[in-house]
Amino acid sequence: MSEQMTGAQSLIKSLEAAGAENIFGIPGGAILPAYDPLMDSSIRHILVRHEQGAGHAAQGYASATGKVGVCMATSGPGATNLVTPLADAHMDSVPMVAVTGQVAASSIGTDAFQEADIRGITMPITKHSFLVTNPDDIARTVAEAFYIASTGRPGPVLVDVAKSALQATTTYEWPAELHLPGYRPVTRPHAKQIREAARLILESRRPVLYVGGGTIRARASKELRVLAELTGMPVVTTLMARGAFPDSHPQHLGMPGMHGTVAAVAGLQRSDLIISLGARFDDRVTGNLDSFAPGAKVIHADIDPAEIGKNRHADVPIVGDVREVISDLVIALQTEADAGTTGDYEQWVEFLAGVKTTYPLGYDTPAEGLAPQYVIERLGKISGEDTIYTAGVGQHQMWAAHYVSYEKPNTWINSGGLGTMGFAVPGAMGAKVGCPDQTVWAIDGDGCFQMTNQELATCAINDIPIKVAIINNESLGMVRQWQTLFYNERYSNTDLQSKRIPDFVKLAEAYGCVGLACEDPADVDATIRKAMEINDVPVVVDFRVHRDAMVWPMVAAGSSNDDIKYARDLAPEFEENDL
Amino acid sequence: MTTTHTLSVLVENKPGVLARIAGLFSRRGFNIDSLAVGPTEHAEVSRMTIVVNVEESPLEQVTKQLNKLVEVIKIVELDPQASVNRELVLVKVAANAETRGHVLDTVQLFRAKVIDVANDAVTIQIVGNTAKIGDFLRVLEPFGVRELVQSGQVAIGRGSRSISERSLRPVAIPAPPASVS
Repeated sequence: MSEQMTGAQSLIKSLEAAGAENIFGIPGGAILPAYDPLMDSSIRHILVRHEQGAGHAAQGYASATGKVGVCMATSGPGATNLVTPLADAHMDSVPMVAVTGQVAASSIGTDAFQEADIRGITMPITKHSFLVTNPDDIARTVAEAFYIASTGRPGPVLVDVAKSALQATTTYEWPAELHLPGYRPVTRPHAKQIREAARLILESRRPVLYVGGGTIRARASKELRVLAELTGMPVVTTLMARGAFPDSHPQHLGMPGMHGTVAAVAGLQRSDLIISLGARFDDRVTGNLDSFAPGAKVIHADIDPAEIGKNRHADVPIVGDVREVISDLVIALQTEADAGTTGDYEQWVEFLAGVKTTYPLGYDTPAEGLAPQYVIERLGKISGEDTIYTAGVGQHQMWAAHYVSYEKPNTWINSGGLGTMGFAVPGAMGAKVGCPDQTVWAIDGDGCFQMTNQELATCAINDIPIKVAIINNESLGMVRQWQTLFYNERYSNTDLQSKRIPDFVKLAEAYGCVGLACEDPADVDATIRKAMEINDVPVVVDFRVHRDAMVWPMVAAGSSNDDIKYARDLAPEFEENDL
Repeated sequence: MTTTHTLSVLVENKPGVLARIAGLFSRRGFNIDSLAVGPTEHAEVSRMTIVVNVEESPLEQVTKQLNKLVEVIKIVELDPQASVNRELVLVKVAANAETRGHVLDTVQLFRAKVIDVANDAVTIQIVGNTAKIGDFLRVLEPFGVRELVQSGQVAIGRGSRSISERSLRPVAIPAPPASVS
């Protein structure tokens, strides 16, 4: 089935064939030819206000739906504005395809107007990047890009298409098969490794299931729950995996890491076996690597062989899709259980239950003003477990990770690895486009919000009624927290004065949204309920919280996880003979 | 302790591959001692021989990262005992009537070859492994080396087996769905 058409038509037809339903983008000179056939396409194009917004929206869409997110931009500055979302998607393994226009093939390398070598620029921050100058290559390249983005360890793929290729005539032919001799992701785990892992699990006395974002990407939540309940092993979910295992589940110790719960941090630290499922022993989880979980053996399952043994030696490496790994482990352990062999974790579970009870998540309610944690806690309670929550980066992100109770996968979307401020609003926009029937709350900081709030216009105009909770502490709060703790309370350049400028309510209204404000704890529930009732336009709530709240627990950067502080100057006390 | 490792890397012959690989090495803080790239018996495949001086565990990490590159087909670390390696040097050495004889003696001793002659210099080609070339250049040095150009090392495993036999069969992958499920 081949047809004569322009390269631009071929590009759009290819995107349709690849399954793209929504594209976030902005046209410009080099990509202009593609925007003409886009008018006649089944694909919905959402015109954003900044390319970074397009990129994060594609990420939010992909993270909420599991489908490939697509964004589009022109050459030069349009393309370079996608650099941050691409790097973000690369760090967090988000399946995404970015299509950029490039100057005409004959002008490449001449410093032409709006020329930037975006393929070269994005080489280290994409899973792969293509430059297409021959119009006959467009369909095959798009097919390859979607395949690479969505298989193996997902990630962003850039397709840069020269304007001359878009304008030329070509024969459209969707490939029946792809030839990628160097790309063969391993998804089936090795049976021998599974047997070995099962053996270690049964032998261990203090195991922990260390669940990472790969479990979400692999859609392995159901299987994870079966494994956890079959064995009774405690579970920790990393920042990227919140929702992979229900927060309400008694085996759940919470989030580990720099701002993890005492139970999750102590659980990993004192374990004798860590079963890592799609996690990567990130520095924010391990703290000082040399002192991380010193007594633990490691079973490391990941679809990306390069993650295994990168930071921490793996005693049993398992390369494979996490869902298949877990399913195989369940079969192996069930067989053992049927034969009467199960692990003995009773003392361990009891010890951790004690830690969890002694050091629950908590915060001080200030004598005056509004506690940010309270706002987020109430928001989670009122909006519920079917809501999708996105966040920016900083204190509000950590509170959102802790104080909303996540029960389902893909309901928590944030920028984990790269830590991109400004992710929340465009991320929520993308999530809402992907899941229009779900409530989407962007929990944002006043600093983050001001980096990408222009996308409120996109949301208002295109009927994307997201809800934004600005946790307004008029500061770059996390930086301020570090200044409080480590820089003698010298607050260099962290005072944003955002309770004064801008007026977030007016700003929301100027963007065609409903603006609400709240600064009294007594009004929090009513304000959230009011926001929940508005479903035709975006809502922005300015929660004016007190500025001195800090994120606890905390392990100072570079310190050992043994040095976790439950609150300022308050370390949890463990008895010498505590396991 | 660092040791020298020789990697043979089969890559798709596409633009930008060299930049990707070089970028990966520099990003991970590796210095490439020597690099040679050229075509192979398969038109669509190029072969790189990369010599690096690193410890074992970071090398494993960089090999894994290299393997992640879509256009990298296969990586083999060549065992120095079970492989042969060669590099090529063109060197221009001062040689007047008085010294030319000595220079030519050296050329003969090392089984090198004179490929160009001028009044006061000769240009010599030598092929060999790193040690032989090092020795040759040390002996030539006193005559006065005017200019020197050296290729990257190329290396190949001994015996009849080929690293490209099995890995180069292209794997046909079904294209993504033509419509959304």
